[in-house]
Amino acid sequence: MSHSINSGQVSRVACEDTVVHLCPSRGWVPIQLRELWDYRELISLLVWRDLKAAHAQTVLGVAWVFVKPAVLMTIFTIVFGLLAKIPSDGIPYPLFMFSALLPWQYFARALSGASTSLVANQHLITKVYFPRLVIPLSAMVGPLFEFGISTLLLLLMMGFYEVVPTRGMWLLPMFLLMGMCTAFGAGIWLSALSVRFRDVAHAHPFMTQIWFFATPVLYPSSLVPESWRWLYWMNPMAGVIEGFRWALLGTGRLSVSMVVSSLVVMLVMLVPGLYVFRRMERTFADRV
Amino acid sequence: MSEVAIRAVGLSKLYHLNKSCGLQQSCIGSLSAPIRTIKSWLGHGIVEKTSEFDANLWALKDVSFDIKRGEVVGIIGPNGAGKSTLLKILSRITDPTEGHVEIQGRVRSLLEVGTGFHPDLTGRENIYLNGAILGLKKAEIGRTFDEIVDFAEVDRFLDTPVKYYSSGMYMRLAFSVAAHLEPDILLVDEVLAVGDAAFQKKSLGKMRHVAREGRTVLFVSHNLQAISVLTNRGLLFSGGRCVSDGPISSVLAQYLHEEMRPDTIYSDGPSRSAPRITRVEVRTSKPGNTQVNDESIEIRFEITTPEPIDGAALSFQVFNSLQQPILHLWTFDSERPMCREIGVFRLVCRIPRLHLYMGDYTLTVHLSERAGGKKYQTIEGICPFKVVMYGKTREFEWKPDACAYLEDCDWEVESASSI
Repeated sequence: MSHSINSGQVSRVACEDTVVHLCPSRGWVPIQLRELWDYRELISLLVWRDLKAAHAQTVLGVAWVFVKPAVLMTIFTIVFGLLAKIPSDGIPYPLFMFSALLPWQYFARALSGASTSLVANQHLITKVYFPRLVIPLSAMVGPLFEFGISTLLLLLMMGFYEVVPTRGMWLLPMFLLMGMCTAFGAGIWLSALSVRFRDVAHAHPFMTQIWFFATPVLYPSSLVPESWRWLYWMNPMAGVIEGFRWALLGTGRLSVSMVVSSLVVMLVMLVPGLYVFRRMERTFADRV
Repeated sequence: MSEVAIRAVGLSKLYHLNKSCGLQQSCIGSLSAPIRTIKSWLGHGIVEKTSEFDANLWALKDVSFDIKRGEVVGIIGPNGAGKSTLLKILSRITDPTEGHVEIQGRVRSLLEVGTGFHPDLTGRENIYLNGAILGLKKAEIGRTFDEIVDFAEVDRFLDTPVKYYSSGMYMRLAFSVAAHLEPDILLVDEVLAVGDAAFQKKSLGKMRHVAREGRTVLFVSHNLQAISVLTNRGLLFSGGRCVSDGPISSVLAQYLHEEMRPDTIYSDGPSRSAPRITRVEVRTSKPGNTQVNDESIEIRFEITTPEPIDGAALSFQVFNSLQQPILHLWTFDSERPMCREIGVFRLVCRIPRLHLYMGDYTLTVHLSERAGGKKYQTIEGICPFKVVMYGKTREFEWKPDACAYLEDCDWEVESASSI
């Protein structure tokens, strides 16, 4: 007993003893994931705040999480499945489309949340210190909740159409992680830029829309001409969504080269993004 | 363990003020911005200095100081002196442009109460959220949760969203979370003026308690009274520089002296619509507005009225350098008829022996109708004068701030019995 008290005191003293040097920082600085981990409670509380605020004073509350994807799916099925008769690799179109809409909705929400997060939380940035990455990071986590609920809807649909997930299903978390990293990578670029250039807020809805059509959500990637495939697979979300379809429905062609090119592009966005964000964050409080 | 908690060396902060222009200018600016950018791309070399929009401001310039562990320091100065910028640097919100700071210990800063409060969250949820934003762990908040709620006096509304709180309740809760931080070094920026008078007293008490616990505390405030009570050392900032560093009483005196209006005689033009105090003059016993304690002093007033006043009342207060009222004197129409017709009236108040103790003083003058009637004028902080103890000696030297006034008295000493 006395031991544990002692060790507690020791760590407290050690904590007090830390010397912080504040000086003009120049150039590139390390990302400091360790410090980010120390602030995990703040991240979870910010996620909680956003979720609670989003559903405060609504009659349907959490039910909206079901309603939104269901309505979208119905519209897309009518327009693209029934009217435009877009092929769907032999899978019922609603299922074909919804298995892609699911990760895409998460991605779009996370990207938009992350890229607007710094400006939306400027009252925090100008008044309190914490690692600034906490803010876009917490914007990534909230939409996971909706993603989880929509997944239940998808499982119900799969039951209805009697489609059995493939063994590749165990790779789903990996594809989800890839989608998260893509959203985070793009999100931190946009959020850091939005501190100086509010143009980002105007541009990013268009960007997301273009990205949506460059991703095989409404159509199978087999519609893309062979000669353009290499460019197509440079879109990390194309890899993520093909991965989802492959793992859940067993369709599509998931090649290693495709996953690798998605991964590479994703990392090329994410890693420099982190460093640029860290480099720009010292001026956030002055510029936002 | 070092004695120094904060060491700042040559701290400077430069702000580029190229965004702060009016709507019209910013419209023109944003229309021409792409052209300017393209011009600079097309090899006009260095981006042109657009002097209209670009301005640099040194919010802090070459500031150095040491603060010892356990010291409680007040930072004072006029608006724009760099006080808040200093706290922003110390709390890591922004980087210095030059110089560096060494901080030993856990810093918590309180630049605003209720940072991050969300209207849709309940009081309980906001306590945890606000605590986490201020850097507290969940377990730490849990430990002081009841204290926070007790202090804020909101226990009945703990599970109500704070948007339904009265503004007083909201501020009390926000202050309470902040006041229960347990830092080694606490940075506080103008957050004492929260809630009603009773709560202000309570929060001042809490801050005093924090200050006495041996923590290192930096207060920025315009509330000189609070600063004078809470702190024992002062830093005076002006134009981004630290111009004075010493015991709080002398730094405060210097600040007030610099802030004082140079003209020691107050005068004002008459008004056509309402009675006015048109002149106030303090005639001290020595030149240069210097008054020797225990000598006579005269305060002269001139009132110009365009209409008869119903029961005129003139009074004045003498404030000391801590802005505490020390003396209040008055005259009423019922005692000495005045201002019963249109015209100019001169009043003289003679004090045969001024008992005020040494220090700096100012007057605040009030002119009104009879009790319950119109209040015409309150003029604050005019006619500065200094009371000195020139020519008066005692065995111990005169210490400033030993008391507010001296009184005539008789002492008796008798030897009651031998041991």
